[in-house]
Amino acid sequence: MLSESLKAKFDQVIARYPLKRSAIVPLLMFGQDEIGHVSDELIQEIARAVEVRPIEVIEDISYYSMLHRQPIGKYNFQVCTNISCLLRGGEAMLEHCSKKLGIGHKQTTADGKFSLEEVECLGACCGAPAMQVNYDFYENLTPEKIDALIEKLNKNGSA
Amino acid sequence: MSDYENYLKGSPLEVKVITRRMGIPNSASIDVFLQNDGYQALAKALSMKPDEVINEVKNSGLRGRGGAGFNTGMKWSFVPKQSAKPKYVVCNADESEPGTCKDRPLIEFDPHQLIEGIAIAGYAIQSSQGYIYVRGEYRYLLDILDRALQEAYAHGYLGKNILGSGFNYDIATHTGAGAYECGEETALLNSLEGLRGYPRVKPPFPAVVGLYGGPTVVNNVETLSNVPSIILKGAEWYSKLGSPKNGGTRLFCLSGHINRPGVYELPMGFPLRRIIEEVGGGIPGGKKLKCVIPGGSSCPVLLPEEIDVPMDFDSLAKIGSMLGSGGVVVMDEDTCVVKAALRISKFYAHESCGWCIPCREGTSWLKNLLTRLHAGAGVAEDPDTALDVAFNILGKTLCPLGDAAALPVISMLKKFRHEFEEHVKLGACPYEKRMVGVGH
Repeated sequence: MLSESLKAKFDQVIARYPLKRSAIVPLLMFGQDEIGHVSDELIQEIARAVEVRPIEVIEDISYYSMLHRQPIGKYNFQVCTNISCLLRGGEAMLEHCSKKLGIGHKQTTADGKFSLEEVECLGACCGAPAMQVNYDFYENLTPEKIDALIEKLNKNGSA
Repeated sequence: MSDYENYLKGSPLEVKVITRRMGIPNSASIDVFLQNDGYQALAKALSMKPDEVINEVKNSGLRGRGGAGFNTGMKWSFVPKQSAKPKYVVCNADESEPGTCKDRPLIEFDPHQLIEGIAIAGYAIQSSQGYIYVRGEYRYLLDILDRALQEAYAHGYLGKNILGSGFNYDIATHTGAGAYECGEETALLNSLEGLRGYPRVKPPFPAVVGLYGGPTVVNNVETLSNVPSIILKGAEWYSKLGSPKNGGTRLFCLSGHINRPGVYELPMGFPLRRIIEEVGGGIPGGKKLKCVIPGGSSCPVLLPEEIDVPMDFDSLAKIGSMLGSGGVVVMDEDTCVVKAALRISKFYAHESCGWCIPCREGTSWLKNLLTRLHAGAGVAEDPDTALDVAFNILGKTLCPLGDAAALPVISMLKKFRHEFEEHVKLGACPYEKRMVGVGH
């Protein structure tokens, strides 16, 4: 069951558009934020809310890179290696995260705490090398900054 | 949130128009905005006829800051006066062009300037609804915009009968979910209608048939952020800030091998050499310049002997490149151009929506060819094969993503052919040890 607050958010978002299906992607994002991934139930609920068939929601999901059909880690490390980050050590930062977390691209740690992803440009080019952990930006990265962040997140209790 | 310092280091060479409020504490709040000419341009616009607003913007020489560089007032003038379907203004905040990060400071530090610009555009084309399409990764900006919109409604700058003028205007935010292609205006409209972000066939152009089939203006964040200043201070003042036919200022996002990376507001036509050497403080370690991308990853690279070019749409077109989105990416002498071409190709292969076959197939082939070239496993014909593939994408797709994938690679293959051949000859990357921080 979706939470009452999420249902209220859905109603509020749907009301922004003359065509309900316009809300599909925002609802998927807000739903994923709460549930952690795009669950079957979420797809059904969204389809019902915007009056489309579930397959039409699924068609959208497979297009957008930020929507996950499977659970991912509580902290999703998204490291940019695109041109501006590449020039300032983005690949080395990705490699460092990979070694430190013991996982590769699009993998999740066994305890479900961390995921890692090599991503395209995040729009943090002037703070390269950069990454996002969930929605938070971390810029001018160094291996030391990454280590300190992982340590801090590890202390935040279990996933 | 972004680290303020990263983006707004400032330079005495800047001419601050749309960044003039940045640096004032709490600049995103409506109170600070109102204390600094906020919503005065909207009040002025509402006292003018819609056509007068369009003409003012047209005469200012403001050109689309998303990359295409089309005259903004002209774009607005294409919207039919009478329309059976509702008209829309859509603000494109789906910033994703590698090397570009200017929507972030514009929204983070001055969301009301953007909202005011959208409302003025809405009045000019006689629309009653606007949307701000924000890329999914910029969630914190979505929250900032939602708060700012609430403030604007509470103060009567949005909603019914704005400032007693009889003009009604609503604006809502919309989040994407990760797709470069949705920055293309027709793909963005499909995405906003809840569909996969595939481009539409043009014509009809969005100004005639756009969102929900209604006439629609799609403008970039930076473009719309300029509108209030133009209305407030006039077309003539604005146009004189820039170079001929290139009105105003431009945000340049300076990144890569540069001492002071950051977002800088400079007059249109400011020379690229001075951006690199004076504004950006030159290249770290006193290294030499190898090449520079002048306007985001889709632009052909420029050689050191080409950087005296004035940074405006026409001057860059004249030397075979583009002003694009204002993302200036500097590469020093130790950069492997093959690696840079590969990374850019990998990006376009990932982001190709797959609708047009030359792009869907071509971008992957480019990526594959450049992967093996860079790894030292290429054969002598590979550079020519890559050029052939690139030219078979160029101009053969519905949207500009195909050209964006082809152009930078063509420029690198032509200007640095010797580096590609060197990889083949050596059977390895000669820059592997020299290029900063590249993991292998």
